[in-house]
Amino acid sequence: MPVTLTINGTPREFNGDPDTPLLWVIREDVGLTGTKYGCGIAQCGACTVHVDGQTLRSCSAPVSAVAGRQVTTIEGLSSRAAKAVQDAWVRLDVVQCGYCQSGQIMSATALLEKKPKPTDADIDRAMAGNICRCATYHRIRAAIHAASAQLAG
Amino acid sequence: MHPLMNRFHADQQRRFMELLGVDETAAPLVTRRVFLQSAGATGLAIGFGWLSPTDADAALPGTEGAATGPLAPNAFIRVGTDNLVTVICKHHEMGQGNTTGLASLVAEELDADWALVRTEYAPSDANLYKNLAFGMQGTGGSSAISNSYLQYRSAGATARAMLVAAAADTWKVPASEIKTSKSTLTHASGRRATYGEMATAASRQTPPESPPLKNAAQFTLIGKDRSTPRVDSPSKCNGTAIYTIDVKLPGLLTAVIAWPPSFGAKLVAFDAAEAKNVKGVTDVVEVPEGVAVVATGTWAALQGRRALKVQWDETAGKELDSEALLARYRAQATQPGTPFAKPATPGTSSPARTVDAVYEFPFLAHATMEPMNCVAWLHDGMLETWSGHQFPSFDHMLAAKAAGLPMDKVKLHTLVSGGSFGRRANVFSDFTVAAVNVTKAIGGRAPVRLQYSREDDTAAGLYRPMYVHAVKAGIDAQGRVTSWEHTIVGQSIMAGGPMAMMIKDGIDPTSVEGVAESVYDLPMMAGTLHSPALAVRPLWWRSVGNTHTAYVMETMIDELATAAGRDPVAFRLSLLGKSPRAAAALKVAADKAGWGKSRRSGVAQGIALHKSFDSFVAQVADVSLRNGKIKVERVVCAVDCGVAVNPDVIRAQMEGCIGFALSAIYYSEVELKAGRAVQRNFDTYRSMRIHEMPKVEVYIVPSTEKPTGVGEPGVPPLAPAVANAVAKLTGTRIRRPPFTRAGLVET
Repeated sequence: MPVTLTINGTPREFNGDPDTPLLWVIREDVGLTGTKYGCGIAQCGACTVHVDGQTLRSCSAPVSAVAGRQVTTIEGLSSRAAKAVQDAWVRLDVVQCGYCQSGQIMSATALLEKKPKPTDADIDRAMAGNICRCATYHRIRAAIHAASAQLAG
Repeated sequence: MHPLMNRFHADQQRRFMELLGVDETAAPLVTRRVFLQSAGATGLAIGFGWLSPTDADAALPGTEGAATGPLAPNAFIRVGTDNLVTVICKHHEMGQGNTTGLASLVAEELDADWALVRTEYAPSDANLYKNLAFGMQGTGGSSAISNSYLQYRSAGATARAMLVAAAADTWKVPASEIKTSKSTLTHASGRRATYGEMATAASRQTPPESPPLKNAAQFTLIGKDRSTPRVDSPSKCNGTAIYTIDVKLPGLLTAVIAWPPSFGAKLVAFDAAEAKNVKGVTDVVEVPEGVAVVATGTWAALQGRRALKVQWDETAGKELDSEALLARYRAQATQPGTPFAKPATPGTSSPARTVDAVYEFPFLAHATMEPMNCVAWLHDGMLETWSGHQFPSFDHMLAAKAAGLPMDKVKLHTLVSGGSFGRRANVFSDFTVAAVNVTKAIGGRAPVRLQYSREDDTAAGLYRPMYVHAVKAGIDAQGRVTSWEHTIVGQSIMAGGPMAMMIKDGIDPTSVEGVAESVYDLPMMAGTLHSPALAVRPLWWRSVGNTHTAYVMETMIDELATAAGRDPVAFRLSLLGKSPRAAAALKVAADKAGWGKSRRSGVAQGIALHKSFDSFVAQVADVSLRNGKIKVERVVCAVDCGVAVNPDVIRAQMEGCIGFALSAIYYSEVELKAGRAVQRNFDTYRSMRIHEMPKVEVYIVPSTEKPTGVGEPGVPPLAPAVANAVAKLTGTRIRRPPFTRAGLVET
């Protein structure tokens, strides 16, 4: 029984093992490689996507669990909040190696979509699932505040 | 790679270059004629002369809109008729920002419009692209900008001179009257041309032998804050940056390896029947590294490996145990080893006070965000690889050897990597060779991406080794240091490979750096080293020996200051008479942090200073203690790295170094039990998260000295600065990191 879902607005049908994590379907079946593999156990957040607007660690969610749902990846970001986040990330040169940053941006976008003026404590909570080994945390926080200011302005 | 490499004895360097097939007569900045001969004329979209049918499919980064000549005066720059300037980067980008740095060196001398500058990564060619500090092509030792500083500026100046000469010829005016700015040539007569418009005419000019370089007062980009934003930011913020894991090739297969479960384990037998039943698994093959499961996708490969039955002989590693090793190291530390520091002045026999301490440091994994991986493809009598090739010269040589091909039949494609911290800079090329072995084992039928899982990556060894330091230091009644006996025990990183030639008189310089070459005036120091060998491969880890030596030196100095009843800053300054730059950095950090001013209750400041990779970094940590747990609230960092080429990149590296080092001192440790790594993923090999990141302030000490490293020197002072604050708060000196062991960190 194929699994059907929508990825970045396009309906998709997946005919493989329904236990396949969503991450590998996105990356290897659909071919969208912005979403990254980091740990496979939902610890690092490099694989973060949105499912119906909520963040999900796609490495640990079987594709069958998101049947019929709307999945958004870094390539499909289009909201005002998302653009503000990406702009702020570039303006503040947040990235270093960059490998975790798709996931960071997905988490930050989900936060701002729900809470356009987050406090530092909100940021801590929303971003706690995303590890950055380059430790760009200092700029991630600043960029979220900058994006928030842009959204307000 | 270590900066001490540049202190190679001449014959050592020659042997090394022979080994790598490097022609040392090739000038670092080759002329256009030589370059074109070696590169194979035009159309150089990805790496000169290496253009293959696969390149279009591989969707490699940094090539969008890249200029295609015609002005290509040397191996580092092309100016296109489309007005774009392409800078060819010989160093590996793993986050440290050197792509931006190299491009800004070229753009400065070329007077290029930064918006029109593009970058791409150089192919493996040690003659053209060697690190001038190493004599081979490789990135490490925080040397990317320092070794390229004049080379890349000269490359830009050459192109500019040719553009100016072409405009002078075309306009029939003296070259000296032509001005350049923002990729445009102008003359007082009103004549004007873009670089793109003049590129073809410029390509017919003879490149000048040694074009004049700007003096610092003429700089418009170097040292100008935010004048050259990172070139890799946009692609890393929209998911289009291509890492090794993202490479697409026709028919690409994914492989995972059933690696030995413990260090030294030997394969006895395996049963592939069930693994082969997993849908998508195409091959199960033995390789020198273990048993490879090859499949049409990563998930199938992982499922296949789960179904694979492998029998291992784990006798060899049975006794390998961290606690037992530490006990052995501690015992060794009571015995003198090979001397690395002999007292120039005798210590006094009866100091007024002594501090006697033993420090123990764990194995550390690099835990890059992107687990190790490499794509290898054998086709048409050649091998191509795609990876974060940090040491292309070694990877090239070892990939060729594994494939049984001459080096000229092997093409490396170096991609950005998801971090390294030293892991990708190894002379064994472990993941590159393993990928080649897998593709060979399937008869070269298809390109294969060898992917390490997080667990494979963490358990693979190549760790920062365990070390034990035993130190006994004394001060006299006036608080002057009068004796210092220092013994270090730990694996030599350089032993057992091509780096062994760096070991002199039994001393691996990476084991003692930071003690043997301290900034402090300690002529009474007596130091000895033991370098036991183990079945676990050691490797450099961001800042190498300084990861442990700075901790020992800077906490010892602090303890001695306390014993002497002196302020830690004043005490350090009294020992820095021979190192004015270190003293200046220390003063900046102390001043900016408000050192000596009262802090709120439950907060203490600790300070540390360390020189590494020729840069001086001092840090002050504000640490709070609540319910027995510490939090680093703020870190003030002063850095003197010579001329600050890209100030914002320097700040970013200091911020990153501070977070990376704090993460390690809080949590990091790989323990070995019965030869197996206990920690295998981020649930047990913890990494710091956003709420633990302190506020960071970075101050760059103005300097006109030549640029030095920034990718690593921010790491060493952080842990001792925090430890010194913790000692003030708790009265306890932590001598066995990580701090979770002392229950000081929320887990």
